[in-house]
Amino acid sequence: METSDVLLLARAQFGLNIGFHILFPSITIALAWFLVYFRVQYARTGEPSWLATYRLWTKIFALSFAMGVVSGVVMSFQFGTNWPGFMNSVGNVAGPLLAFEVLTAFFLEATFLGVMLFGMNRVPGWVHLTSTVLVAVGTTVSAFWILALNSWMQTPSGHGYDAGQLIATDWWRVIFNPSFPYRFTHMTIASGLTAAFIVVGLSAWRLLQPNDDPAARTTLRTGVIVAAILAPLQVLVGDLHGLNTLEHQPAKIAAVEAIWKTGRNVPLVLFAIPNEREQRNDYSIEIPNGASLILKHDAAAELKGVDAFTPDAPPVAPVFFAFRLMVGTGVLMLMLSWYGAWRTRKCALPSRWVLWLFAGFTFSGWVATVAGWIVTEIGRQPWLVTGLLRTAAAAGPIGGAQLGASFTGYMMTYGVMLVAYMVVLTHLAGRGSAPEATKSTPLETGAAA
Amino acid sequence: MIDLPVIFTILMGASILAYVVLDGYDLGVAMLMPAADAPEQDVMVASIGPFWDANETWLVLGIGLLLVAFPAAHGVVLTALYLPVTAMLIGLMLRGVAFEFRVKAEGWHRELWNWLFWFGSFLAALAQGLMLGSYVTGFESGFGYFLFALVVAGGVCGGYVLLGASWLILRTEGRLQKKAVGWTRWGLLWVALGFVLVSLGTPLASDTVRDKWFDFPGTLALMLLPLASMAAWVWVWRLTGRLRKGMSAPEWGPFAGAVTIYVLAFGGLAYSLFPYVVMDRMTIWEAAAHPSSLKVVLAGALVVLPFILAYTAYSYRVFRGKATAKLYDH
Repeated sequence: METSDVLLLARAQFGLNIGFHILFPSITIALAWFLVYFRVQYARTGEPSWLATYRLWTKIFALSFAMGVVSGVVMSFQFGTNWPGFMNSVGNVAGPLLAFEVLTAFFLEATFLGVMLFGMNRVPGWVHLTSTVLVAVGTTVSAFWILALNSWMQTPSGHGYDAGQLIATDWWRVIFNPSFPYRFTHMTIASGLTAAFIVVGLSAWRLLQPNDDPAARTTLRTGVIVAAILAPLQVLVGDLHGLNTLEHQPAKIAAVEAIWKTGRNVPLVLFAIPNEREQRNDYSIEIPNGASLILKHDAAAELKGVDAFTPDAPPVAPVFFAFRLMVGTGVLMLMLSWYGAWRTRKCALPSRWVLWLFAGFTFSGWVATVAGWIVTEIGRQPWLVTGLLRTAAAAGPIGGAQLGASFTGYMMTYGVMLVAYMVVLTHLAGRGSAPEATKSTPLETGAAA
Repeated sequence: MIDLPVIFTILMGASILAYVVLDGYDLGVAMLMPAADAPEQDVMVASIGPFWDANETWLVLGIGLLLVAFPAAHGVVLTALYLPVTAMLIGLMLRGVAFEFRVKAEGWHRELWNWLFWFGSFLAALAQGLMLGSYVTGFESGFGYFLFALVVAGGVCGGYVLLGASWLILRTEGRLQKKAVGWTRWGLLWVALGFVLVSLGTPLASDTVRDKWFDFPGTLALMLLPLASMAAWVWVWRLTGRLRKGMSAPEWGPFAGAVTIYVLAFGGLAYSLFPYVVMDRMTIWEAAAHPSSLKVVLAGALVVLPFILAYTAYSYRVFRGKATAKLYDH
């Protein structure tokens, strides 16, 4: 097998793993705060329906969290198995950031998740509420560290060299590197939207079942409101993030906008088939001066094209299409959330076709999030750490056969897990938060005997 | 002058030890599932449900410390162990999500997840044993070395079963506890066999280990380790004998004894390896990261670890006492 093929396989495998993994944190980071809200409402009102809501959503959270944990453990090993050169060259910066994530977040969330899930009858109410908050804090802190590392890989700063070794010279600048504030905000809002649409979609699914469920109406409304507030905010933050990328990673923006040649009066390409071989766009639909206007607020402004960065430019087509998929999904989510907020005012039950629409959008956040990660990660190529380390230089000595075998194993495992996850989620949501049937009674008595 | 690589070796060793003891008991409980009936299985899972996630985090910390403190070794070790690592990860994934799926699924799905829970745990334990066996010999390849790794893997599985069974003595009651006493004794026999085979095999498989252990008169002092292990073994054997006959004996005893055996075996292993992080090839000083990066992690760890230990202890206090299947009705 060619070296480049093996590299592609290593990248595909890592991409598959990280793409699978991100599905679950993108839910749990924000869903944890939904749980805090439900738990606080129960503590405040003492209403059993809030408790039932909290219980239902902790089950969904626990399932999503477990999926995130196990696929996250895989990530921690794959840094070494697939990219040994990564730690060898930038380990002095990347290592501590990962270590802090484990120390400050993983133990916290894992331990208090146990108390939150199983401890309601064993600890005082305030301890249980605090545990719920600590789990949410843990998920957010975890996002903080891993996005600090990812952002540093995109826009490294605060590092220097000592006897040829790359080291951190200023940890503050390493963590708060130029793209970090934008990426962290963009990702946490993305998580908020993903979780909100899960809440909305599964509540709608519940309301499509024969018997009504007032609790599901409340969660539908909660999710719709959160989405309606976050969606326009995300448009703003996304725009700022884009301008930040233009400043620090112009090659990525050239790929996003499919700008091949540096020049003035650059049009905005709405749609095209980027032609990598000929370095031009086929069948393109363009708005004259659009890109210059949007990115530089000046129709005549000069923008750098892919040609300015060759051979260190990312592939255009995947970045270009993924960006349009992300924005398109985001716009649909924005429209749907506003429409939903209007239709559910005073907790009115929307018509069945609206409920079906919501249910259909349950996992829309996944589409937008994964598309966004494709933009940012493929847009960084051929670098693993911009300007410092090439992806090819970090790959390991693993042969194609071993990679192929493990790739197949991972794919099958992920396939089984994802199908089971979605089936169980719809099943749980369909049953709703109503008191459970007593099907588990025989087991309990068996255990007590 | 503080020797940072040594400190990080101790920290990494401590997290890996914490991992094998803690996840060891929950993997062991899972491996015993086929020997129990359905209601017993629910109690068994309930006895580890609140803990497994945090237990597994020690593995992430251990591997994280390898990555942080010994970046040069991290890649060498993990690429050499590529296939068993993949097998272990697939096993850990299947069994990790099975905790959730087996209570939420119904009908044959539930049976499937019960089976995957057992299978994943067994696969993970076996793979960990193979990794250890291959690691000790410095990743030598060949049939003899594979056989040795297989023997080590058998020993690791037996050790986990011993930990899991003695954990169940502590956390369950009645018929299941009686069964657990029997399982513990099987685990003890298994561990004894593994101990003998590994002790005979290691000097054959590694010259470095042989030279370290057979260096008179130091050997005499070193013999304290296997002697203490044997004492712990005999103690657990006697305690479980008493429990089996219905005589009074501390229920925490077998688990404490099993942990002691593990800690001593781990101590022996650490002595065999030190100062290599990649056997015969790379010492901890050669592989260490830059001091600036080690210092910042050490400072963070010293601040955060006491909190982790405190809330871990709190969680064990909250969930003390006998397990019931009711736990999963949350």
